[in-house]
Amino acid sequence: MGKLDVGYVAQLARLHLTPEETELFQKQLGDVLLYAEKLNEVNVKGVEPAAHGVPIFNVFREDKASDWFTPAQALSNAPRQANNLFIVTKVVE
Amino acid sequence: MTKRELPALSIVEVQDLLRRREVSPAEVLESLEERINAVDDKIGAYLAHDLAAALNEAEKADVNLPLGGIPIALKDLINVEGQPCTCGSKILGGYRAPYTATAIEKLRAHGAIPFGRTNMDEFAMGSSTENSSVQLTRNPWDLSRVPGGSSGGSAAAVAADIAFGALGTDTGGSIRQPAALSGVVGFKTSYGRVSRFGLVAFASSLDQIGPLTKTVHDSALLMNAIAGHDLRDSTSLDAPVPDYTKNLGRDLKGIRIGLPKEYMIEGVDPAVKTAVTASVKQLQALGAEIVEVSLPHTDYAVSVYYILATAEASANLARFDGVRYGHRADNIANLFDHYARTREEGFGAEVKRRIILGTYVLSSGYYDAYYLRAQKVRELIRRDFAKAFEKVDALASPTTPTPAFKLGEKTADPLQMYLADTFTIAANLAGICGISVPCGFASSESGKKLPIGLQLLGKALDEARIFQIAHAYEQSTDWHKVRAQTQLPMH
Repeated sequence: MGKLDVGYVAQLARLHLTPEETELFQKQLGDVLLYAEKLNEVNVKGVEPAAHGVPIFNVFREDKASDWFTPAQALSNAPRQANNLFIVTKVVE
Repeated sequence: MTKRELPALSIVEVQDLLRRREVSPAEVLESLEERINAVDDKIGAYLAHDLAAALNEAEKADVNLPLGGIPIALKDLINVEGQPCTCGSKILGGYRAPYTATAIEKLRAHGAIPFGRTNMDEFAMGSSTENSSVQLTRNPWDLSRVPGGSSGGSAAAVAADIAFGALGTDTGGSIRQPAALSGVVGFKTSYGRVSRFGLVAFASSLDQIGPLTKTVHDSALLMNAIAGHDLRDSTSLDAPVPDYTKNLGRDLKGIRIGLPKEYMIEGVDPAVKTAVTASVKQLQALGAEIVEVSLPHTDYAVSVYYILATAEASANLARFDGVRYGHRADNIANLFDHYARTREEGFGAEVKRRIILGTYVLSSGYYDAYYLRAQKVRELIRRDFAKAFEKVDALASPTTPTPAFKLGEKTADPLQMYLADTFTIAANLAGICGISVPCGFASSESGKKLPIGLQLLGKALDEARIFQIAHAYEQSTDWHKVRAQTQLPMH
């Protein structure tokens, strides 16, 4: 199995870590991944992956409109808002 | 019965007093409030509780409903409109829920009053409640020990008689494990049995809401209220909900109980082993036939779980982006900085660790080696149980390898903390149901009683049978009658 690079993965996860955290997680998660290597012992040839414990397929419902949040409810926890809209950080330079 | 004695009662007992009009729903709430104020500064089970709002609901309470006028505490990750829902995280510090979870709508339809938000490991990630970013919760039996987790606040509240019953969630044992360590009854439902709508998601293929109570009967009553199909959760099962109290009181003749040989391993505390062995003998005395069974992939369950659960968590927690709700970092330079700093400031260490691990196992080049392989081993674990349940009606084991550990004992070593879930995790991977019931005590070095839990697992949707077995066992023992309150100063 490959090598975990905590600094790189943190970028992918959009999560800033301090150098101390990066170093600590590198060691701790290294231990966890080492432990998880025992999965390599298992013969999984021909085994279908299980996404759920209880298989559920094709869940349909009637295509019917129903009440949902009002704009005021949807915005009730927004850290920044104006004119019934969420304010986001500039996306396009 | 004085008001001060009320909080020690079970739901069934309070219900009886309410129906005979010996107490009012308001008096029940006030008695609880008094006891919370007297003891919870030592326990730390509650993050918030709003007596005025609950009294408003109590005014309209119909005591003839199945849970009429009964206050129920909620783990702080289930949305109830107008109430906080911190998930034990700083990132949801000022959040107020704008809507109500289906499970709570159902509880209310059965007459219950949601009262109090209980502490938890941040986003339900942990086995000791020490990962809460808000406060510490202590085990009511020994204040130097953890109550278990992640539903540690709910378990401690019920154990300390400051809740008649509580809801928690179980993703890898987060109801059963704290129930065992705190000496209460904890029930994990089959996957899809209780709607997850309004539950803040940790690992969506594993999470289930379930009850923590003083007795098995109370647990069945809460399940009667919250179980059932919900169009708003596409993984909710469209299967009839039986009356979970229907089998209570029946004996165990004709019931076959399997002992997974992989669960009585080295590393299980001798006191736990002794207690569980004795409870198996007791089940046999009650008429059950005991058979040894094998779950050959048991040893892989923790690895599978920590790959799949962290993968799902890394995706679920992407919604905490500082835009629609929750914390948002100040003075940000650009969009990347906005996300990365908001999440750095909002999440605690364990959540960050799991986001990193989950992102890694899903990342290009590692997906097949970790995530896909783990899903395949999950299928083998599922088959182990399916095969065992061809021969037996239920499986019996310890809920946890040890009684409650000391605060701080495992925080430095995440892997050791993860191994505390060894016996509970596989049930979530397989989607089956299970319960933890008190089955004895170990003794701490200072002579304090430390509760031990017996775990009974049943096949998917066989909840009623598990309640029958657990109830028969419970009623033939006195473990559930020993209360932790004796360890607290009189008030």
